[in-house]
Amino acid sequence: MTSAKIYRLALGLGAVSLLAAACTATDKKSQEPVASPTASASGQVSFWHFFTGREAEAIDGVVKDFEASHPGITVKVSKGQDDEKMRQAISAGKGPDVGLSYSTDIVGNFCTSGAWRDLGPYIKRDNVDMNQLVPVVRSYTEYKGTRCSMPVLADTYGLYYNKKLLADAGYTEPPKTLSQLAEMAKKLTTHKTNGDINVIGFMPFLDYYENSPAHWAPHWAATWFDQAGKSAVASDPAWSAMLTWQKQLIDYYGSDKLTKFSAGKGDEFSAANDFERGKVAMMLDGEWRIAFINADKPNLDYGTAPFPAADDKQNLYGGGYVTGNIIGISRGSDNPEAAWELIKYLTTDTGAIVKLANGIKNVPTTHAALTSPDLQVDDKFKTFLDIFANPNSATSPSTANGAEYQNLFGTWIVKWQTGRATDLQAGLESVAKQIDDSLALGTGS
Amino acid sequence: MTTLVRPATDERVVPPARARKVPAPLRKKRRRHRLFVAALMAPWAIGFSVFFLYPLAATLWFSFTRYNLLEQPVFIGLRNYRYFFTQDPYSLQAVRNTLWLTIFVVPARIIFALLIAQLVIQIKRGGNVLRTVFYLPALAPPVAATLAFTYLFNPATGPVNQLLGKVGIGWQPLWFSDPALAKPTLLILSVWGLGDVMVILLATLLQVPNEQYEAAHLDGANAWQRFRYVTLPNIWPVLLFAAVTGVIAMLQFFTQAAVASAVAGGTAPVGGGLGERLGYPDNAMLTFPIWMYVKGFANFQLGYACAMAVMLFVVSMAFTVVLLRRSRVFLYGAEEA
Repeated sequence: MTSAKIYRLALGLGAVSLLAAACTATDKKSQEPVASPTASASGQVSFWHFFTGREAEAIDGVVKDFEASHPGITVKVSKGQDDEKMRQAISAGKGPDVGLSYSTDIVGNFCTSGAWRDLGPYIKRDNVDMNQLVPVVRSYTEYKGTRCSMPVLADTYGLYYNKKLLADAGYTEPPKTLSQLAEMAKKLTTHKTNGDINVIGFMPFLDYYENSPAHWAPHWAATWFDQAGKSAVASDPAWSAMLTWQKQLIDYYGSDKLTKFSAGKGDEFSAANDFERGKVAMMLDGEWRIAFINADKPNLDYGTAPFPAADDKQNLYGGGYVTGNIIGISRGSDNPEAAWELIKYLTTDTGAIVKLANGIKNVPTTHAALTSPDLQVDDKFKTFLDIFANPNSATSPSTANGAEYQNLFGTWIVKWQTGRATDLQAGLESVAKQIDDSLALGTGS
Repeated sequence: MTTLVRPATDERVVPPARARKVPAPLRKKRRRHRLFVAALMAPWAIGFSVFFLYPLAATLWFSFTRYNLLEQPVFIGLRNYRYFFTQDPYSLQAVRNTLWLTIFVVPARIIFALLIAQLVIQIKRGGNVLRTVFYLPALAPPVAATLAFTYLFNPATGPVNQLLGKVGIGWQPLWFSDPALAKPTLLILSVWGLGDVMVILLATLLQVPNEQYEAAHLDGANAWQRFRYVTLPNIWPVLLFAAVTGVIAMLQFFTQAAVASAVAGGTAPVGGGLGERLGYPDNAMLTFPIWMYVKGFANFQLGYACAMAVMLFVVSMAFTVVLLRRSRVFLYGAEEA
């Protein structure tokens, strides 16, 4: 075969491939109408979730209860599945019947793209009372009128403090304002002989464990987007106030010392967690930490409280960041009716919700479960139930690009906190532009 | 030296049209032969089309679309490419990081591999043991090796800094946690695992004819001249192979940088996926393929990621072509190249 023929053949194959690629449709299975109310669901349901270890065992327990109460349905559970895998599987038409995500950030994308089915018809058919859900939870599980997900427990964030370390430093109460937090953090910090930090009062780096702009935002009432849908990180002075407060505390410690301390931190979800080891006196974390401490360090003397609020916004005290696990039916589901039965059970059955909440120490999302006598509530957990009910609690908005706006901000903040960016306002404006540009690319606006 | 010179005029005789007519049985035989050849080539052609050409064409097509994996792609012309060059805040940094790794890691691996191969060849007793020792790191899976390195170089708890402290060196680098040192630490990791390059260079060095060294020695060549005029020309094709494959590998450098940034960053990406935490610290380990992955799978911009993949493909091709052409000039001189 001559070179010319080979080139022609390659060119022809390339053209055909390009045409095939252009004509390839993604799996866009249209949603079948829901079955009649009298039809009973049966068969196997595949169920992916992200939990592992002890938390996965709690899920298994509730799933077993479901199978016992729904004899025609069997559930095949896959643990440790993250959002990226689920998205790829759904796009390939191999998604699970039921998917559980930890992040409300994906709701916008999954609802608008149809990756998760619209649950509206099922809810309407089965007369599911949506008012049984707490309002904030109702809001973050739907996007622009499309309800493609239901809540499976919620997460709230508050302050954990080591009572012994605070008592040693002469404190009997946790801080309520950010200036108190900074002051106590300095006094609670101890150093090694070589000058390195041994125990830190409060770690101000925003990429340390659960510290993040989103989780801090409610305590300054910082907003992500303005009315026009443009990034507000430069225009809302709350962000600037937050980062100024943070930088002052970083400068007190020294960025290099904090970096070194942070580099030596233990695994977040293990007994090596810095708070559990007594290396951090005060820390922002979710309510699930209670279950981890119970399992890892049951003798740790600690307390929980709402995270301090900005000094000039004390009315915010008591609120916190709220998010939650969400669950939906993949668009390629082979057994959507049985999948819906599982979702309905996990999200509206009081017994199931309470059992799961007790098992992994998450906050229930229905009024009935929140007030259930079976819900195990001690003082530490009650703090989070109160934060959950507080009107100043807030969540982060969902966008077509998922949580990219948070990641872009977080990336710049690393420069800020390590001193590689010094002009705060210019930096915030640059981040706002990055967020707007990327959103425009993702949405075509 | 004789030179073949083509005649000024083409004196070939063009046969009359009738004479070119091939008899039917012969035509049939030729067609059958062509079909036979095509049948033999079919497995390759199918594999090439399905596993290379189609994905390449699909990537090219998606690069002109807004595509998030879940919805139908929407044609947006060159917008993805425009965004890359004018708006993406981290594309340039990702390119710079990848270029840094390419420029420093590839030569470092080859030079050190060559030095070690030369060293091992000289050692008569225990040489085989040393070969094994130097080759062993290449067998370690990249993820495991990187995990081990993040432990060794942990600035707070790792043995490297403890050792530095014990021998009286006050300098306590932050290694993977320092934006200025993260890439050099990756370089150390890459050089540690140079066994694969060392083995092929060792094999090549053993093939260099001894007579050439003896002749050079008789001519009074010193060690450097023997290396420059005997060793280097003999091993040049293998060095070139190592350079081309090394450059391509570095342009696609992902695993080690991803694992190191995720582990040194320290926060477990619970449920969200790996894309959440890559690039740490301060995007010092954000290589081009990592940014491509983040945009495609964490930020749902697969069309944009495809545009980046197309650019990576073009750059890889260009690198390879330039490298091959340059080496031909070096080997055979400009005239023949």
